[in-house]
Amino acid sequence: MTVSAKTISAQRTLSWGRMLLWGLALWGLVAAIYRLTNGLGASTNLSDGRPWGLWISIDVLAGIALAAGGFTIGAIVKIFHMKRFYPLLRPTILTAFLGYVIGAASIFFDLGLPWRIWHPLVYHNLHSPLFEVAVCVMTYTTVLALELSEVVFEGLGWRTLRRLVGAIMIPLVILGIVLSTMHQSSLGTLFVLSGWRVSPLWRTGFLPLLFFLSAVAAGLSMIIVEANLAARAYHKKLDQPLLAELGKYAAWVLLVYAIIKAATFVMSGGLAALGENLWLTLLFLVEVIVGVLIPLVMLFSARVREDRHLLFRAAFLVAFGVLLNRFNVSLFGLKGVAYVPTWAEWGITLGMMAGAILFFDFMVRHFPIFEKGH
Amino acid sequence: MGKKINRREFLKIAGASVGGLLLTAGAVTASGKEEVRPFKPVTDGYAMLYDATLCVGCRACQNACRRANNKPAELDPTGLYDAPNDLSGDTWTLIKLYKSEDGQTWSFVKRQCMHCIEPACVAACPLGALHITPTGAVAYDKNICFGCRYCMVSCPFGVPRYEWDTTTPYIQKCDFCTSNGRLERGEPPACVEACPTGALVFGTRSELLAEAHQRIEAHPDRYVDHVYGEHEAGGTHALYLSGVPFEDLGFPQLDEKPLPESIKIPLDYAVPSIIVGMTTFSVAAYLVTRGEEDKS
Repeated sequence: MTVSAKTISAQRTLSWGRMLLWGLALWGLVAAIYRLTNGLGASTNLSDGRPWGLWISIDVLAGIALAAGGFTIGAIVKIFHMKRFYPLLRPTILTAFLGYVIGAASIFFDLGLPWRIWHPLVYHNLHSPLFEVAVCVMTYTTVLALELSEVVFEGLGWRTLRRLVGAIMIPLVILGIVLSTMHQSSLGTLFVLSGWRVSPLWRTGFLPLLFFLSAVAAGLSMIIVEANLAARAYHKKLDQPLLAELGKYAAWVLLVYAIIKAATFVMSGGLAALGENLWLTLLFLVEVIVGVLIPLVMLFSARVREDRHLLFRAAFLVAFGVLLNRFNVSLFGLKGVAYVPTWAEWGITLGMMAGAILFFDFMVRHFPIFEKGH
Repeated sequence: MGKKINRREFLKIAGASVGGLLLTAGAVTASGKEEVRPFKPVTDGYAMLYDATLCVGCRACQNACRRANNKPAELDPTGLYDAPNDLSGDTWTLIKLYKSEDGQTWSFVKRQCMHCIEPACVAACPLGALHITPTGAVAYDKNICFGCRYCMVSCPFGVPRYEWDTTTPYIQKCDFCTSNGRLERGEPPACVEACPTGALVFGTRSELLAEAHQRIEAHPDRYVDHVYGEHEAGGTHALYLSGVPFEDLGFPQLDEKPLPESIKIPLDYAVPSIIVGMTTFSVAAYLVTRGEEDKS
């Protein structure tokens, strides 16, 4: 690919940010090497009393929920034929793919024996929610890679392969919808089996449904957030009416989520647990007020949706709320000993995120990610 | 995408339908198949009864376990020989001492795997590394495990431990002397054999339950009227008698429902429904909205 004058100028304006990103990526690389050579126990602060930590909470649970935009935008554009959303499809598929790669990579680092990561292909326990998650995430990451390959083939001018992928695109999108519904909810099932460990503020048999609904709301919101960030980074014009419409869909999903969350909270005795532990109660209130109720009210207002900055803030709050929810279920509210991640745990998490942003930037520069569709 | 793609419409829908059907078929076969391994509960397997009122805390069981299972002794920070605080990657069983705050009542308690009839760890393990043996013991195949530690997250007794200090870590927990072959030969576990006071008894679960209730009946003043493990989490193969409340000994209060029951609906029913439902929904939505294609 040729480097145009435009790319170079963009490179200059981003240079400080880029240096930071490369720095984080380097930190991640050092941490990854340390993790693989010194073992899980030496590189993390995990223990018998806290077997799952930062990587599971942020990269697997939150990251995969926030990457749910990939299958929702696929459904909107390809299945419901709302082609007006096409400009959002490619960047969202790219970020979703990167989100899943980060999720899969952090599972790799989190496994005690990472070189056995392929074992689910050979050893099955169909009654384990984690088996289902493993198989779905493997398959769906492949699906996302194939969906993304269309852009790569188009950019490289490989027309035959481009057409071949185009021909199976609809089945791929449908497969993506099915797999996403399965694993987004099964990530919640993980904490139904271990429900005794979950704080009563979040403990309910409906976690699978709640995880799925909140992932859809978060996925839609992340599309809005990322469109705003990309518009700023690449000096692009925002299609506000389009984002406003997405915001409306997010509002409805969030409303259903809020109702079911409230009902299951009362049903499973959450009210009695309020105030039992001040710190957890505070986290719970921040999650539902800042992360659900405030953005819910905001997103249902047409004035907010039409305002670029307000919509961005509302969408950001939804994403934040879901991120906090996953931390509350899997870390803060999960019975276990106190835990602070090590430099290596932070390094791998931040490094992978930085790497993903750099890769996104690379793709935008060299492939038709923001190109108007046909 | 213009007319070019429209010619492929047939192909796409055919592909989607076939893909969906294959997935559905796979899920239906999967959910209908009776698993032999890892999940086949044994109701009257081998069990052991620990009577805390007879235990003198000599820790012969702890030592015998180390020898039978090749586990190194643990030294505490002061160099004290083999008095670990809790179960660990090297310690499958240990005797702990409980003392009430006023120091008036005390009791020893043996910590080890409870060998649940329907274990949460076995349901959790994505690979089937943890499994139920025909004797009812919950055993572990280190060649299958990849170290996700979901068993540790889900076990309500906090039994599975990890080898945090090595680069090739495995899960460690009591396997009822399965891997060393004792149970298969019909021998009692090493800890039971080593117990000099009769605080540990080996037998089938029904025999030991009868024995436990008999002891409570004969000495109601001596025991809490409860056999821990009889009903907890659907029942366990390690059964406990105690003179002090079980909560004081660190046992969780659990209802009679086996923990894996909680995920039957989301896994065995919801997942096949999702596969069939979402595929049908997507294909239908695709077909219905085809005419309404907006231009962009």
